[in-house]
Amino acid sequence: MVFPGTWSDRDCAHAVLDVLREPVRFVDHREQTVDGLDLVILPGGFSYGDYLRCGAIARFAPVMEAVTDFANRGGLVLGICNGFQILQEARLLPGALLRNASCEFRCEWVHLRVEQSNSAFTLDCRPGQVLRIPISHGEGNFFADAETLDALERNGQVVFRYCAADGRVSEASNPNGSLRNIAGISNTHGNVVGLMPHPERACEPLLGSEDGLVLFRSAIHALTRVAV
Amino acid sequence: MAVAIDRAQLEAVALNEQEYRAIVRAIGRDPNDLEVGMFGALWSEHCGYKTSKALLRQLPTEGPHVLQGPGENAGAVDIGDGLAVVFKIESHNHPSAIEPYQGAATGVGGILRDVFAMGARPIALLDALRFGPLDSGRGRHLFAGVVGGIGGYGNCFGCPTVGGELYFDEGYADNPVVNAMCVGLVRHDRLRRASADRAGDVVLLVGADTGRDGIHGATFASVEMNERSAERRPAVQVGNPFLEKLLCEACLRLNELEGVTAIQDLGAAGLTSAASELAHRGRRGIDIDIDRVSRREQGMSAYDVMLSESQERMLIVVRPDAEASAREVFDHFELHADRIGTITGTGRMRVRERGALVADLPLKALIDGVPLRTPTATFAEQRPAPVMPAIEEPEAILLDLIASPNLRSRRPIYRTYDHQVQDNTVIGPGFDAALLRVPGTNKGLALTTDGNPRYVALDPYEGTQAAVAEAARNIVCTGARPIAVTNCLNFGNPERPLIFGQLQESVRGLADACRALELPIVSGNVSLYNETSERNIPPTPVVGMVGLLDDLSLRCPAGFQEDGDIVFLLGETREELAGSEYWRLLGAPLEGRPPTVSFEAERRLQAAMLDSIGRGVLRCAHDVSDGGLLIALAESALYGGRGLRCPGIVGPVSREAAYFGESQGRIVVSVAPRRVPELQKLMTTHHVPLQTIGVVGGDDLHVGSDIRISLEILRQAWETAF
Repeated sequence: MVFPGTWSDRDCAHAVLDVLREPVRFVDHREQTVDGLDLVILPGGFSYGDYLRCGAIARFAPVMEAVTDFANRGGLVLGICNGFQILQEARLLPGALLRNASCEFRCEWVHLRVEQSNSAFTLDCRPGQVLRIPISHGEGNFFADAETLDALERNGQVVFRYCAADGRVSEASNPNGSLRNIAGISNTHGNVVGLMPHPERACEPLLGSEDGLVLFRSAIHALTRVAV
Repeated sequence: MAVAIDRAQLEAVALNEQEYRAIVRAIGRDPNDLEVGMFGALWSEHCGYKTSKALLRQLPTEGPHVLQGPGENAGAVDIGDGLAVVFKIESHNHPSAIEPYQGAATGVGGILRDVFAMGARPIALLDALRFGPLDSGRGRHLFAGVVGGIGGYGNCFGCPTVGGELYFDEGYADNPVVNAMCVGLVRHDRLRRASADRAGDVVLLVGADTGRDGIHGATFASVEMNERSAERRPAVQVGNPFLEKLLCEACLRLNELEGVTAIQDLGAAGLTSAASELAHRGRRGIDIDIDRVSRREQGMSAYDVMLSESQERMLIVVRPDAEASAREVFDHFELHADRIGTITGTGRMRVRERGALVADLPLKALIDGVPLRTPTATFAEQRPAPVMPAIEEPEAILLDLIASPNLRSRRPIYRTYDHQVQDNTVIGPGFDAALLRVPGTNKGLALTTDGNPRYVALDPYEGTQAAVAEAARNIVCTGARPIAVTNCLNFGNPERPLIFGQLQESVRGLADACRALELPIVSGNVSLYNETSERNIPPTPVVGMVGLLDDLSLRCPAGFQEDGDIVFLLGETREELAGSEYWRLLGAPLEGRPPTVSFEAERRLQAAMLDSIGRGVLRCAHDVSDGGLLIALAESALYGGRGLRCPGIVGPVSREAAYFGESQGRIVVSVAPRRVPELQKLMTTHHVPLQTIGVVGGDDLHVGSDIRISLEILRQAWETAF
């Protein structure tokens, strides 16, 4: 999905098309349908400049109605960074992303512990597996009320937590103040996942890590399984 | 001849009486107010280069791979595979001194537009910054604002900020230096020049509406500042990176269309400069209907519209039959385009308002007619180096040095910049040079900016040469071969003979160094009058350099890689301490002769490096620069997370010079033990001196009986917060 101000669209396409050799279509925010797609990615960027509130304008784009239908029918949707923010604004995922606790933009490598291998984007992961993937955001501080947080934990919707290289989750490994170190979550069915880190930046050893590939590979795996 | 204009009006546009008379001679009559404003803007130092133009002629600008030298929006160099790298560095010092966030942000915006106006997709940004000490409120305000502005703009736009440098010095307390460099890529056949060479073509103004912001910005950047400069805040523009992103995508798409003649960004002196430059480059004229320009507010005069520096605007020149397809592109990106004029065959710029001709000027006079100024130059006498006491506690000195503002880790700054977007960053910020993949190839581009202001202050000629040599060394340390240079010359008020002397010597050093290394200068910018209440900045030439690595798999990192590797110092250490960070730490006066460059030795060293890296002999390489050898060794240890055991460093120089001297032409390298003979042979062949330093390993930096510091303590000092 390309909204005005999206910029990770080309990076996601690079990961899926150039690295994984799967076909890619750029979908304009004014399109009315996502028919024919197996997987929808809402990439990172500053949609509409993030001038009002991150994702708050993009969620009214015509294409978001189609994305919502697609998600509700069980279609696979991945929101990365700004895409995660848009999914929350569109109520496809719970919670909110506040300004980083440091009040600064942060671009750096972090470690993520995979908490759930049931989501469509972590099928190929071991629970507890540690991934090295960068973040790049100013507003990724995950927030939800206590009740929602408990429900997320209970339903196994917490997919990724910020952790140390050895997998330990602590305050020191939390780059932005996210409650319970949450870096990514899914909806109850596990077909919609949003995360702040950028897996598309970690798909080649040349760029420092290929740990991000597992998200895209899992999705391809999930789609093949459905087809069978 | 009496001057038919009052002094105050001339002062407002920073013209002198002699220049006014030249205008009257060129147009055969007295200019009206609008015309005076237009001349003032284009004949300003910022646009007209009237003080520096004669000096800049000595710079080497040609080379076998140069596709576009200075004079366009940016320079362009062939990198093979049908691709060109497009780049330029530019200053935004004056606006940043008044409003640091927006000043820096719009500096980034301006340089991005220069690159995408050439049809190139911006792939990297770098920033060279100089501030006063952070112990004052103003120092902190400027620093935080500038860093925030750079991140705010670049992050939102989606171009990675991959490098740059940062110095603190008392001399920048009033006037910070904010230079932004942008690098882009384009296919040769789509490299665009902003030249409107066809009469009858349609001129479209695209992007933001025109407001009253930035009026006289070019003029403001061409005069010294004083306590009333804050009143110039309205001359600082406000950036909108989101709009710029749309504008960039639209221009890149437009660049693929037939019938698009020229794309030109509106920067300093706004519409006046952009319109006249593109018409003049094509040896044509231009008619502008000012009523067609969309505005942000009512009641704007023709003067306001012609001189506004509102950001995120581009001029697009298209054949009449291509206007519809161009408009489709703008509509797709929801951009607004006004048809504001036509290219003519008159060689004049004619501006109409409500049907009446309000300005009618010959382009040749506007663009090329500025009388060049030839100020007097004097040269400061070099004083002997001070006599300093011998070093007593090297370990404490090393810790203090690595924690000092000029040497400590820049991570707190660059982690607020997105340095990875676009998926090409192979080596990010924090090392000698950044290394980016050229998308779709196995090639890499190495990028750096350099300029040690203390060396230049001591000797503008030698100091500027050192900046070029160091930039090239930084590039070579990654394994890439330097291919071309851009530069930004930041100086004080050139009407003062000492300042003009600095400028003159610096440009001579730049020219000689680039010739010696056979590097063409393809773009650049001059920022003079960096003066407040008679305090001038130290002379600050900044060299931006691009290098090409043909095979990314051969790249060389800067940190120690494997325990047991043998560490060597390449190059010769001399008794050179003047201008060093060590002497600054000791509070020594800035006197003496700075480290000098032997270009013969430099060429040999760089050839030896490329040969060694090309054969895969080196495990790591790191330039020895600010802080000297021990700092370079400590950095390689910290980058790699591995210690070093060095039995001691002996040589023909004092312990101080061996540890902390900043002799040029030196590089620290590490090699696997079995490849040591190969390295020795290569260095002999290239006539490069080689000194064994020690062995990689352990958790300490260990140098003879003088130094034993754990990496953890070293890291804590290095990561001292700003």
